[in-house]
Amino acid sequence: MMMNDMAQEAVAAGGGRKIGEVILDLQNISLRFGGVKALTDISFDVRKHEIRAIIGPNGAGKSSMLNVINGVYHPQEGRIVFHGEERKEMEPYMAASQGIARTFQNIALFKGMSVLDNIMTGRHMKMNAGLLSHMLYFGRAQKEEIEHRKKVEEVIDFLEIQSIRKTPVGRLPYGLQKRVELARALAADPDLLLLDEPMAGMNVEEKQDMCRFILDVNDQFGTTIVLIEHDMGVVMDISDRVVVLDYGKKIGDGTPDEVKSNPEVIAAYLGTSH
Amino acid sequence: MLYREAGQFKASYQEDAQIFPIRQDRVGFIALLAFFFVVVPMIANQYWLQAILTPVLIFSLAALGLNILTGYAGQLSLGSAAFMAVGAFATYNFMLRIDGIPFLVAVVLGGLCAAGVGILFGLPSLRIKGFYLAVATLAAQFFIVWVLVKFPWFSNYSSSGVITAQEINILGFAFNTPETKYLLTLLVVTVLALAAKNMVRSTTGRKWMAVRDMDVAAEVIGIRLMRTKLQAFAVSSFYCGVAGALYAYTYLGTVEPEGFNLDLSFKILFMIIIGGVGSILGSFLGAAFIVLLPVFLNIFLHSFVGAALPPGFGSNLELMIFGGLIIFFLIVEPHGMARLWQIGKEKLRLWPFPH
Repeated sequence: MMMNDMAQEAVAAGGGRKIGEVILDLQNISLRFGGVKALTDISFDVRKHEIRAIIGPNGAGKSSMLNVINGVYHPQEGRIVFHGEERKEMEPYMAASQGIARTFQNIALFKGMSVLDNIMTGRHMKMNAGLLSHMLYFGRAQKEEIEHRKKVEEVIDFLEIQSIRKTPVGRLPYGLQKRVELARALAADPDLLLLDEPMAGMNVEEKQDMCRFILDVNDQFGTTIVLIEHDMGVVMDISDRVVVLDYGKKIGDGTPDEVKSNPEVIAAYLGTSH
Repeated sequence: MLYREAGQFKASYQEDAQIFPIRQDRVGFIALLAFFFVVVPMIANQYWLQAILTPVLIFSLAALGLNILTGYAGQLSLGSAAFMAVGAFATYNFMLRIDGIPFLVAVVLGGLCAAGVGILFGLPSLRIKGFYLAVATLAAQFFIVWVLVKFPWFSNYSSSGVITAQEINILGFAFNTPETKYLLTLLVVTVLALAAKNMVRSTTGRKWMAVRDMDVAAEVIGIRLMRTKLQAFAVSSFYCGVAGALYAYTYLGTVEPEGFNLDLSFKILFMIIIGGVGSILGSFLGAAFIVLLPVFLNIFLHSFVGAALPPGFGSNLELMIFGGLIIFFLIVEPHGMARLWQIGKEKLRLWPFPH
């Protein structure tokens, strides 16, 4: 525990970015599906403005963890405190309205819609015009449409996808689809961004681009990021702190260097030399 | 060569978000409206106006309603005819029981009744999807027709449940000729079609499509599935209800509950499959195709084959052609004739130098 605190201070001091107070605190989370224990007594916190990685072998419970955070799964035990408020029973749309956005391991874009429409949909929480106003496409509906289009265009510029904004997403290559998914999540102006394997299946150049985007989002928008990733090089390079899960239990937590030298982590995940 | 967008620059997001971003399309659309509003009533004979153009418009509206639900929000339904029946009978009762109610108000109220019933029968969609939902909406089809037959109050105690539409009178002007009825139908359909286009290009439509394409992701970005699906059911049933009211008042004049049977629901479903699922234009193309095909087939058979055919041959051939076409479109072009039209336009933009 003390080690952890010292490490955080070190990161905060050395990183140049201001890592703030705890915005998400998970305490003793346990999640079961019938008799299967997906997560057992997991506690960790996420500080404002940091990049927090979750790693672990396949089936360790990483995606379940994200699903718990954004309200898709409801843990049987444990407390979740977000922005200082303890969470009650919650549905995914409530998490979205509190400022939690995410991307998915297997791309979950709206395939029949254009890139622009996908990203605009990501921003719908900010739009309040009613059905009748939409029918007339006049007044508030039109004003909102234009105002939010501006924001969406900023995200499009930021992620360098201007040339494909009118393309149906189904026609795009995999790497770009991943980027559009990130854009859709960013369009909601999230406080906390959950990325589920944002670099899976990418080649080196695409990974480099994606790393750059993640760091830029963190840096320029001040978004707190929780990410799951299997590429150890990427995780160790871009994250401030790392949680290691194995069989639904937490086996390590700390800065990348600490985690790298933790014998339990090495045994479970990074591999031991015999 | 004439259909080219070169030189048409869009300087604002407003211009970019127009219904027809290309100028030629805008001009074409206005010309089309002018043709149907001004030229057609002058040149078409009574048979065409009453027996072909008016039903095409009404079926287009019903298909549009189903397309909102199935094509945009992704919820399969086989109850469209039942929602039309609700619209027709509700409008009839409003006209009958409220003295001096304006016709259009009665139609809107009838549509709202249909929307309420649609929400009720849309509730299963929160739990079941796809094929199973279609079966659940089948319950609406049979239940509503049964209620309208069983309780004679709905048809004002007329024997055999037939209702006769009252005369339409708007601001002292009587709509009693095929021309005026056609124009009234055209006006209502145009307004509602534009409203539908506006809905699908704004947040409402994007939410429907998000639920259709990937409901888990839609939920996670904050779309409330229940509300969105029920809204789609309500809007769709409203459109079907208004179509039903027009069906009774401007097309047939007398309708009975059994007229809104499962066959009609399937006919509307075929319209959107052939015309184009998830397309406003497709609803019109599909309705026109399905109404016009038998007409042209008849003319063709009579003029080329003559009287040598056994009776009923034409209508059987019609069914075979429909069946074949539906299989063809489902396999080859699931987005229907609207997609073919779109491909044609894209080709035309590059023609004659496609490289």
